[in-house]
This record gives sequence, C-alpha cells and structure tokens, in this order.
Amino acid sequence: MRPVARNRYGGAARMDNVSAQHVQMSSTDAVIRTSALTKVYAGADFRAVDELNLSVDRGEIFGLLGPNGAGKTTTAGMLTTRVIPTSGAAFVAGVDIVAHPTLAKQAVGVVSQTNSLDRQLNVWENLYFHGRLFGMGATSSRRRSDELLEQFQLSKWARASVYALSGGMAQRLMVARSIFHRPAVLFMDEPTAGLDPQSRLALWDILRELHAQGQTILLTTHYMEEADQLCERVAIMDHGRILALDTPEGLKRSVGVDTIVTVKASGDQAALAASLEAALDGVTRTRVTEHGVELHVKGGERLLARCVAVAEEGGYEVEDLSLAEPTLETVFINLTGKELRD
Amino acid sequence: MGGGAALGADQPVQIQGVSRSAFAASRTALGALLLRDLVVLRKNLWEFVLRTVIQPFLLCFVFLFVFPKIGQAVGSTHSTGGPSAFATVLVAGVVGISIMFQGVQSVALQMSQEFGFTREIEDRVQAPCPIWLVAMAKVLSGSVQGILSALIVLPIASVVHAAGVEAHVNLHWWIVVTVVPLSCVAMSALGLVLGTSFEPRNIGLMFGFVVLPITFLGGTYYQWTKLAPVRIGGWPWLQSIVLVNPLIYVNEGMRAAFTNVPHMHLYIIYPVLVGFCAVFLTVGLRNFRRRVLS
Repeated sequence: MRPVARNRYGGAARMDNVSAQHVQMSSTDAVIRTSALTKVYAGADFRAVDELNLSVDRGEIFGLLGPNGAGKTTTAGMLTTRVIPTSGAAFVAGVDIVAHPTLAKQAVGVVSQTNSLDRQLNVWENLYFHGRLFGMGATSSRRRSDELLEQFQLSKWARASVYALSGGMAQRLMVARSIFHRPAVLFMDEPTAGLDPQSRLALWDILRELHAQGQTILLTTHYMEEADQLCERVAIMDHGRILALDTPEGLKRSVGVDTIVTVKASGDQAALAASLEAALDGVTRTRVTEHGVELHVKGGERLLARCVAVAEEGGYEVEDLSLAEPTLETVFINLTGKELRD
Repeated sequence: MGGGAALGADQPVQIQGVSRSAFAASRTALGALLLRDLVVLRKNLWEFVLRTVIQPFLLCFVFLFVFPKIGQAVGSTHSTGGPSAFATVLVAGVVGISIMFQGVQSVALQMSQEFGFTREIEDRVQAPCPIWLVAMAKVLSGSVQGILSALIVLPIASVVHAAGVEAHVNLHWWIVVTVVPLSCVAMSALGLVLGTSFEPRNIGLMFGFVVLPITFLGGTYYQWTKLAPVRIGGWPWLQSIVLVNPLIYVNEGMRAAFTNVPHMHLYIIYPVLVGFCAVFLTVGLRNFRRRVLS
C-alpha cells in the first residue's frame, strides 16, 4: 500500500492544465487511490470503513475479501460516488470522487448486487440506452450493443424482455452494460452471490476474458475461492480495515503453514486437539470445527500416520482424516480468529 | 455535494475514461434519460392512452350523460345555467385531474417501484450527471406526459354528454400555453415528492390519504369561487382550507384557460403554481438525494 499525499492529487480537482498532465502521468500506474478513506454512517457509533489506504493498478483484478459487514460494499459505494465519505480522499482515474462525482462516474462501470436492469426496455435496448446515457451517438451505440450481445452470447435474446432472462443471463447483461462505455474501472459488488455454480464459473470466465483485454476490475466478495481464483491481489478486510494485502499466494505463504490436517474422531474434541498439539511437531494452531479437529501445521513428517497413532493411543476412534493446503480462509482465521462465513 | 458546482466546470480533462466535461456529459445524459422515457411511452402508447382517458371518460359519462338521462342532472335545480354550466365547470376540472394523475402515475408510482423491488434506480444514478438531474429528468418526462394527457382528455371531455347538455369550451391560448405546462411541472414535482416519500408497500395509503383528498377537495367538480356559502359563523372555512391544495390552482387555471366561467384571479394562480413547483422540487429532490446517497 502506498498512501496518497492528498496535495499531490488536489490539483486534479481543480482541473487546470498542469494538473491534468499530473493525472495522466500518475494514472498509468494507479487507477484507484484512497488515502485515509473513512465512512461513519449517520447514527452509527463505529467506522464502517476506517482510514483505508488503497491503490489499485491499471489492468489489475483486485479483490476485497471479507465477511458481511466488513466494509467492502461501503468502500465500493464510496468509490462509485453512492456513499459520501466522512473523511479522507479517493481518486478514481485521477478524479477526486468527492469534489467531482459527476466526472468520476464517466470512468466507472458498476455491477450491483441486485438486478438493476431496466424492466421496461428489452435486452438490446438496455445496452443501447446505456450507450446514449454515456454520450455515445446513435450509430456507435447501436453497433456496440450488437457487438456486446455477441460477445456475451445474448444475441438471440436481443429483443426479449429482461424478465425472460435467467439469473446468470441477467448478470451477463449487467456486466455487458457496465463495460459498455469502456470505464477505467469496473466495480463488481458480490458478483456471484445468488448465482448457481455453473453461472458462477461462466462469470469467472467472462471476468478473466475482460482482464485479458486489460480491464481494471475491483470486486468485493465473501467467497474465498472467488478471490483466490480470480484476483491478482486481495485485500482482506474486517471491521472497516485492511488486515492484509497481497497476492493470494503471498497471503497463504504469510500464514507460515504448509498443511491443514482435519481429524474427525469421536470423544472430547478439545482434549483431542490438546493432545495432538502436544504430540506433533510444527502445530501452529488448533481449532475445533464442525468437521472435527483442525490442525495448522508447518513442516512435519508422516503427519497422517502420527495423527492416527496419537488419537488411538488416547482412545479416540478416528472416522476420517484429511490433508489440505492453506486457503484464504486459513489466512482470515489466522488474522481474526473467526471464519469468513461467520 | 460538488455535483452542482462541477456542472459549471466546462473544461476538457484528458484522463482515461473521463473525456468530457461534467456539463457536456450531463447534457447528453439528460437527453438520453428523456429519450428513454419517450421510447417507453411509445412502446406503451395504448396503455398510456387508456389509463389517461378512463377516469375522465367515466366522470363525464356519469355526470354529464347518465345523470341528465335519469333526471338528476347536476346544476339543474338552483344553479344558474343548468347542466350545461356544470358541464363547462367539469370539463376544465377533468383536464386538471388528468394532469394530476399523470404526475402520480408516471412519476410517483414508477419511482416508488424503482426504489423498491426493481432497484433500477441503482443503475440510473450511475449516469454521468448530478443525482438531481436524474430526478429532474423524471419530472420533465412526467410533465410531457401531462401535456399529452391534457391534449387527449380535453376533446373527449367536451363531447361525452347527453343531448341538451353542452360544455362551453373557449380556448384562451396565452393561458393555455402557459398554465398547462406550469401545472404539469407542479403535478409531476408533487409526484416526485410522493414517490420518494412512500414505500411501495404504502402506496395504498398514499392513494387513500393524499391522492383522494386532493382530488375531491381540489375543485374538480366545483369552482373555488362558488365555495363561499360553506361557512361556520362568518368564516368560509372550506374555501379557506382548500387553498393548501395545489390542485385548486391547477383546476382554476384550467377554467381560465379553457372556459369563460368565473375563476380565481390569474395573479394568484401563476405565482402560487410557481411556488408549489419550487417547494415540491426542493422537497422531492432532497428526498431523492437522501434515498440514493448515504
């Protein structure tokens, strides 16, 4: 994270020629920059977002990962001008979003959590009028609508009512609409929440394709697979703060754990966890979960065999035993002591 | 918010994705929002015409056709001029009430729906223009629909009547081309206030406690100038109280525009309608902003 000096970008807000050059130079690296960005909702006694410093590079898929209420949606809301920051500063494509929300909106594409398609227009018209809204002429808007329907495999639904679309198709149309005006950043708030697994995979493919075309994407999610699979960098958020920020691999390495062992056995789970921790080398953390006792282990040899031996010596009957690599969930547990889904 | 200020900053900024000034972007966005509403109107033209004419048609049918036929014509007993005088009063009122319902239907109902279950508003407010302009576009297209409905309703209202009953329509063009658009903006702005104040589940309440009283106490079926005999002591209470009702001024304005019957003075009608526009727009835009931004 590189915190932004506000005065460096303050010039962008005044939009004189000199600062416009500044913006152009700086926008080659960071498309989103925030500095001590903070939001306290009216009537709340806590900070929904707490002095956030963030920098997202051009062409990056960046993920905000965290449980519900972590401040992800508020962060995305501020960056898309829907939520007014209480303090701090944020720049999208070099535009101060607080001073110039109208300018900033030109640079922003948004896919919201809920279906916000225009119900009174058909599929094609939803795209066409979006183009007109963003200043495209009738001819070019018509052409781009056709192209995008083709690209998102919705051509044969062009004249259909949006009520006829399945959840996955509606989501695709919303993505097509959001990138219509070639925004500098595409914001996606929980893009796959509520989608069936097949549609989720299809959407991931679309996002990878957009990424390959150089589209900068910021997505919020509470699915760790989504962050892991898609994002180049992930910021793990909780209580309005970024707890860790790195590539998914970097985050997983940072835990200092090689293996997650889950032992499912009958009997006193806490006692089993204690005896396993005492008997095995390199156990950094133990947890009792609904799936059994979970051990975070660094190094260690013959783990499975030794687990079984220790459990059976203690009189436990081992039902199941599994090994896994650490995930972003592990990272989150390590940072907060709780699970993402809580 | 800086939206209003940014609108004035008409300077090109060459940044990736931000190629137009806020003013230029807002102007084209407004055009596109209106174009979208007109296209939707054209798609649903028959629905629009039907919902516009049904109420005026029924009012005229019952009061000006059925009542005279069955011998209970309004105005036949102690009014001067008989049923035809009442027809003349009603025709103007029917146009006024159509303009008001257009404001409620094309702005209030739609907006409450978009805020409610469809969440379409979330996308609309990402348009590259200030938030208030999104609401203003709705008011403008509501006003256009109001004008259209006046154009449709006036001829219908002046021909649906029994033999022997005749509405005396006299068009005062200068008043028509000023008071009709002004009334349409005021009623669409009222629609904005209602649409941003009532949750979709409370729409029934809105009709019962706001729309109905406004309609019945809005001078549709009677002239405001004739209310003076309704008194407590020496105080013409009804004539005084209904002055808070914006529809009174709309209907009296319609009477001034379309008929020769006595009406409230134009020196009152114009400034008060302008005042209602200002108040409704202020409250409506503030409500809208509050519901959209947090």
